[in-house]
Amino acid sequence: MGIYIARRLLGAVPLVLGIATIIFFVVNLAPGDPTALFFQQGVPPEILEQIRRNFGLDQPLHIRYWRWMIAFFTGDFGYSFAHARPVIDIIRETLPPTLVLAGSTLVLIFVSGVVVGVLQAVRQHRPVDRVLSVVSLFFYSMPSFWLGLMLMLLFSLKAHEWGLPFALPPTGMTSVDYEFMTFGERVVDRLRHLILPVATLSLVMAAGIARYTRGQMLEVIRQDYIRTARAKGLPEGRVVMKHALRNSLLPVITLLGLYLPLLFSGSVFVEVIFSWPGMGRVIVDGIFQRDYPLVMATSFIFALVVVIGSLVADILYAVADPRIRYD
Amino acid sequence: MSLLEVRDLRTWFHTEEGVARAVDGVSFEVDRGQVLGVVGESGSGKSVTALSVMRLVQEPGRVEEGSRLTFDGRDLLGLTERQMRDVRGNDIAMIFQEPMTSLNPVYPVGDQISESIRIHRGLSRREARSRAVELLRLVGIPLPDRRVDDYPHQLSGGMRQRVMIAMALANEPDLLIADEPTTALDVTIQAQILELLFEIRDRLGMGIILITHDLGVVAEVCDRVVVMYAGQVVEQGSVDTIFARPSHPYTQGLLAAVPRADKRGGRLAVIPGVVPPPTRWPGGCRFRPRCPYAWDLCHQQPGLLAAGPRQLSRCWLVEHPKRRLQVERSGGGFQSRVAGEGGAV
Repeated sequence: MGIYIARRLLGAVPLVLGIATIIFFVVNLAPGDPTALFFQQGVPPEILEQIRRNFGLDQPLHIRYWRWMIAFFTGDFGYSFAHARPVIDIIRETLPPTLVLAGSTLVLIFVSGVVVGVLQAVRQHRPVDRVLSVVSLFFYSMPSFWLGLMLMLLFSLKAHEWGLPFALPPTGMTSVDYEFMTFGERVVDRLRHLILPVATLSLVMAAGIARYTRGQMLEVIRQDYIRTARAKGLPEGRVVMKHALRNSLLPVITLLGLYLPLLFSGSVFVEVIFSWPGMGRVIVDGIFQRDYPLVMATSFIFALVVVIGSLVADILYAVADPRIRYD
Repeated sequence: MSLLEVRDLRTWFHTEEGVARAVDGVSFEVDRGQVLGVVGESGSGKSVTALSVMRLVQEPGRVEEGSRLTFDGRDLLGLTERQMRDVRGNDIAMIFQEPMTSLNPVYPVGDQISESIRIHRGLSRREARSRAVELLRLVGIPLPDRRVDDYPHQLSGGMRQRVMIAMALANEPDLLIADEPTTALDVTIQAQILELLFEIRDRLGMGIILITHDLGVVAEVCDRVVVMYAGQVVEQGSVDTIFARPSHPYTQGLLAAVPRADKRGGRLAVIPGVVPPPTRWPGGCRFRPRCPYAWDLCHQQPGLLAAGPRQLSRCWLVEHPKRRLQVERSGGGFQSRVAGEGGAV
């Protein structure tokens, strides 16, 4: 097991280096001038040249690449052009809200997706299965930015208008009067702010996992070892929960790794729509402002989280499936 | 009283393409300490018969009204699902064909054996485990106290089938149903597994239903034989009778198709065609389209006729022996190969 993990970790090193390289070239070779931000009437060209030199943009590409890589892997993420502060400070501020959003979504989609999928499989072709199939197909085929806007419209705007008790805050992570709340109120306030963005992200992806789990369960339930379990005289509930579920979940674990990139790209939209103070929003702003160091660093962090996530998924798979462990 | 009495068992699958009468009026019985062989080609209804006895036939299959399964004086079809669970794995146990896929890949074999013991006998985890080790030793697995923690993929096919047998024997059942237990194994392992089964039968005195399409196995180990074709019993009798004087053309065809070491060179006899799909059994005698002896009378379905002492055959030839001679004199039929060979295979 230890060897397996070590080998996986070692394999991740070239991957991470490759990602950093690709990010650097994609960002730096993109058309546009990062100093365009400073073009204003009355700024003399010498000053602009000075700004270029300060940011190191006067150097040829390969030197910039080399310098950036060295700095990057020694923990120096550079200095944001637009925010005029170290990138590391921005990441420190915006990474936690993104992880909260993505983390709660991740837990929610797997728990609800698996529960719904199993429920459908054991009630195959019954009304429960058909209704859930239609519902999950409905959400599965929905673009998440649109779903977010609709949820916002319904549960925030209209709910307020109609004076419903469950009106939810449409933007931000906390209310304006957060500072003056007791601890309990703060927890509730944060959760209320979390509901709409997480629901937007989750509904689409949970639907996918539910459909996949259902398919896996139906496949596994036809296997010979399920018949063996029944022939032992086990109650059906135990056959499903012990013998079928674990085997059905094996492929679902690999989905975990596949869903992480989707989760982060989805969270970029959701953060913009719901003004969530996370890294996704910072990336979008950074791209428009050609804030090279910021875009490179945040993209890299996202990529790193995805790599780590896939690694965790691989290890989980090995833990869950005894056939993998000794390979 | 027989241990298991199957009367007019009909298991039909109600599919969109029509009703598949996979098992269609099968009757037989098994006594304690007896080995009953059930033979027939793929698709003849052997496995569905076995699953019906366990009441494990899955939708859209159904054991039809009027079928009767009496086990040890109890009406199995009248039991609730809960009572039936107490029978499965406890009074009647089953071994399946594919040891590769019949064990759950994600649990150690010991757990899978103990599970059955714990559910029926309420033993503690520790007690069940030591019983599992004991069972593994009984079925001839070396180093059982270490093997008990192995996962199925760490064992060979033969070992896995031994584990399946250990699992089936866990609660010392009165009846063991073995559905082609050796088909997936190579010949030397087959012999070992069969030997093991009968050693255990002798020790525990259970009844065994051995489902197989291997007549060599039947000749070696069975007391009585039921030959199935197209969801029906076409012939039954003691092993000696069936092998010495097979009456039904289908049985004769099966025997003629067995390769033999002492007869070299000659071509193997084959039964032309395949078993028709169960949604479209032919009218009259179901073997008629493949039968070299078929004639007008065969458009009527024959009943099980007494072909000899304790031998039943579902064939009009029993009542019309002249027809048999007539066909064989003109060079047809299977009898030419079987006759006068004493029946030993």
